[in-house]
Amino acid sequence: MTTALEIADLDCFYGEVQVLHGLSFELRRGEVHCLLGRNGAGKTTLLKAIMGLVPARSGRIMLGARDLTRLPAHEVPKAGVAYVPQGRRLFAEMSVAENIEIGLMARGKGAATRENVLALFPILRERLKQRSGTLSGGEQQMLAMARALCLGPDVLLLDEPTEGLMPSMIAKIRETVEQLGERGVSTLLVEQRVDAVLPVADRVTFVENGRVRATVGVDEVRADPDVVKRYVGVG
Amino acid sequence: MAFGPHLLLATLEGLVNSAVLALTALGLSLVFGVMRVVNVAHGEFYMLGAVLAWWVASLVSGHPALGFLVALVVSPLIVGAIALASERLVLRRLEYNPESTIVATIGLLYIFQQAALTFYGPEARPVEAPFSYRVLLPWFGYSGYKLAVIAASALLLAGTWYMLTRTKIGLVMRATQYDRETAQAFGIPVTKVYAGVFALGAMLAAVAAVLTVPISQAHYLMGRDPLLLSFIVVIIGGLGSLRGTVIAALLVGLSDGIISVFYTPTLAKIIATLLVAMVLVFRPQGLFGTAAR
Ligand SMILES: Nc1ncnc2c1ncn2[C@@H]1O[C@H](COP(=O)(O)OP(=O)(O)O)[C@@H](O)[C@H]1O
Ligand SMILES: [Mg+2]
Repeated sequence: MTTALEIADLDCFYGEVQVLHGLSFELRRGEVHCLLGRNGAGKTTLLKAIMGLVPARSGRIMLGARDLTRLPAHEVPKAGVAYVPQGRRLFAEMSVAENIEIGLMARGKGAATRENVLALFPILRERLKQRSGTLSGGEQQMLAMARALCLGPDVLLLDEPTEGLMPSMIAKIRETVEQLGERGVSTLLVEQRVDAVLPVADRVTFVENGRVRATVGVDEVRADPDVVKRYVGVG
Repeated sequence: MAFGPHLLLATLEGLVNSAVLALTALGLSLVFGVMRVVNVAHGEFYMLGAVLAWWVASLVSGHPALGFLVALVVSPLIVGAIALASERLVLRRLEYNPESTIVATIGLLYIFQQAALTFYGPEARPVEAPFSYRVLLPWFGYSGYKLAVIAASALLLAGTWYMLTRTKIGLVMRATQYDRETAQAFGIPVTKVYAGVFALGAMLAAVAAVLTVPISQAHYLMGRDPLLLSFIVVIIGGLGSLRGTVIAALLVGLSDGIISVFYTPTLAKIIATLLVAMVLVFRPQGLFGTAAR
């Protein structure tokens, strides 16, 4: 299996406070790789560092042969990394169609990609003119994912996509994540709760205090739920 | 003159005020809205627009319309270039920190003013209007040029509205305004957008000034009133709202024109300032702005 994204010895700071300590792991092509850790462990910071939104003080973030830490933030999506931020961060005052348009513009994608993405989330097609801030929570999450998939990304970063959603919506999001691998997308999925990831993840990396504790296959977690407690002290 | 025609005259003068003010204030509002910085030197871009218009027009011989038209194109372009340089050399280095930017643009204000005094001098000079046609109404004649200013401003405002709401450039500007970080995550080069918006804001002020110089003259201190009135308009209209800016400019420009004609200009300024105070107390986000998120 080839590597889609490799992170090596990453250190990140907010001011003088170090949040990520020599963090390393790899995302394989086509897998759903889950990052599990408590609130404040540094998961969001890691995703922001990949996107170039938080500077890396040292270490590398390799997308194929390119080191993303050397790119300005706005070049990272163009290299093929799409981001679904925690809390969705839609352009709330803009319409659904405009949010999608911004996703398409990032890598110059056109009508074919748009159709493809809308086919994945048919409900958005009915809401194209609606102001995105007035969508329900689940619909907003779908739009955030649709906007990111409009890049036609090689790597997708998902930050707590099921946070605060109803079970029916969580199922829908999960279903979409499962299909991503077939589309050639490698997914880095951040969650706080293990039950949210067990059904979709291929591998799980446990993060604690900005450090990787362990990376294990999902079968190992299923077989022995206690590993979660051992590594991050949460269930 | 009877009351009716007198009111009509005052209204026309007020509309000319509004037309110029709307363009100037829109420039300030765009910079304020997208970049979240207060540009205290905005009035000086207006002044530079007027002074450069005089300089350009004085270089062009032949029919006055030719000199004016060349100035209408060239002066805003030069002002845009000056704004780009200011953004690159000053604002970007301050990382658009709101407080530092206020102080820095006060500095720019004095630099531009003193530069104008040095190279242009203390005189007030007019630019000849491109045409001197007078529209004859039953009660009085009225400058055809002033009516053309109103039309030109309306066109430019409509053009800006179209750009903001219907084009990709406008979409990129709005995305940067709402959420700078997420905009970057979607490939939007926000520093380039900032530079473009800053230049655009300055150019709107410069265009407004070029339209004004045939009516009132170019002078190195002429930037103060437009700055003050633009702030009033932006506060009343609401941050980053184009509709609010236009409506507030109409409100302020018309009331200024009408009250100045029937009472005194001072009363007009008092009322405008009072209005600002009321808006700040009862609706801090402005009449048409949305509350800060
Ligand atoms: N903008 C910021 N400035 C300073 N500290 C921050 C900032 N964002 C997050 N932190 C701190 O960094 C640590 C990691 O946060 P975060 O990456 O959001 O964790 P997680 O997403 O795993 O919950 C926390 O201690 C948090 O308080
Ligand atoms: Mg987080």
